[in-house]
Amino acid sequence: MKPRPFDYARPDTIDEAVAILGEHGDDARVLAGGQTLLAMLNLRVVEPAVLVDITRIPGLDAIREVDGKVEVGAAVTQNRLLAWPALTQKLPLLAAALPFVGHFQTRNKGTVCGSVAHADPTSEIPLSLALLEGEVVLRSRRGTRVLSASEFQQGMLATARAADELIAAVRFPVVNGGVAFREVARRHGDFAVVGVAAVAEPAKTIRLGVAGMADRPAVRRIRADGAAGIKDAIERLAWELEGYDDIHASARMRRDLLRRIGPVVVEEAIRCAA
Amino acid sequence: MRRVNKGERARLRLTLNGRALSGEAEPRMLLSDFLRHVLGATGTHVGCEHGVCGCCTVLIDGAAVRSCLTLAVQAEGRAVTTVESLADGSGKLNALQRAFQNNHALQCGFCTPGILMSFTDFLARNPDPTETEVVEVLSGHLCRCTGYAGIVAAVLEAAKEMKSKTT
Repeated sequence: MKPRPFDYARPDTIDEAVAILGEHGDDARVLAGGQTLLAMLNLRVVEPAVLVDITRIPGLDAIREVDGKVEVGAAVTQNRLLAWPALTQKLPLLAAALPFVGHFQTRNKGTVCGSVAHADPTSEIPLSLALLEGEVVLRSRRGTRVLSASEFQQGMLATARAADELIAAVRFPVVNGGVAFREVARRHGDFAVVGVAAVAEPAKTIRLGVAGMADRPAVRRIRADGAAGIKDAIERLAWELEGYDDIHASARMRRDLLRRIGPVVVEEAIRCAA
Repeated sequence: MRRVNKGERARLRLTLNGRALSGEAEPRMLLSDFLRHVLGATGTHVGCEHGVCGCCTVLIDGAAVRSCLTLAVQAEGRAVTTVESLADGSGKLNALQRAFQNNHALQCGFCTPGILMSFTDFLARNPDPTETEVVEVLSGHLCRCTGYAGIVAAVLEAAKEMKSKTT
């Protein structure tokens, strides 16, 4: 199908962009990569009055390091981050997870921030941001506020972004340690059924992140006390999160996937840290 | 700031296959429709219109993207490349197209323009791909005729031929 009519604005500055968002609120939608938004427009799932195309605002396409964090601007595509020369060294978790985000063709246009904005509970980028305890930078006419990933993502496709706010960037902390990521999807590039990521830092508890089991990514710290202890912790987590039934998998299958992938991912992260 | 109101037709200039062209479009017009109906470049096919099938894949500034998930106005000022650019003026197929012919990589041919454009981008970045990498890129396309094996063989053959030409 084709989208319903809307006004199109392509501001040249962040100030112009947030002015339009401030004026129109919920009736405006930010257009960056559009790899979810355009499909939703074509299917008429969303019918905004104004689209605000932010892709040509200078500076929003930057990837830069600030205070031990990698800041990724709102117009940075997933393939651009994947091709960033320092990625495997600074953000090895993203290097592992990004190839599973959509397809080569959608990553060429889809943005890192757009994926965070959409807040799909099975999505790889929100999972990575939550696990690394990253931040979301929101701009509006009222000013700038910075939220932690856990404050930002509030539920299924629901975030703390106010209607007049633009996600200007997300920040991924650089961690020293081993990381691992795995997911199970029906086909490569499909939405994941369950995704699991882990970070193992020297002399710390292991961080385990799980997507596809609840309405948002779940992050827990578990003690690295041998294979049996890790298995027990993941078993408890599977029952705590419960999982859910949908067309792709039953709650029981999701729990089972977590039980099977979880220990493998944790062991990989520990091995990678050593 | 560029602004086009609903229902208003804006004149959009872009480069299509190396030629500077322009045409009029409302904000809601998809790039796929702009190419086909306004500029008359019907080589780009439209399948699902929600980003799943990959038929409508074109290059924007060299990167393979879904033209059905792109507004025409977003391509303003950009260089768009479509399947029409692949064969030369006399109709001689390029290496990738020849490899598709040699390997029976198409039957009905509806999905083929998009697949050719994806691998035009991919092989330019990655001239020596593994079979796994080719399959991964191909996962962004649906083909209901071939079973994909012929397409994978064709891309690997084209990569080999293009490499032997450049070395």
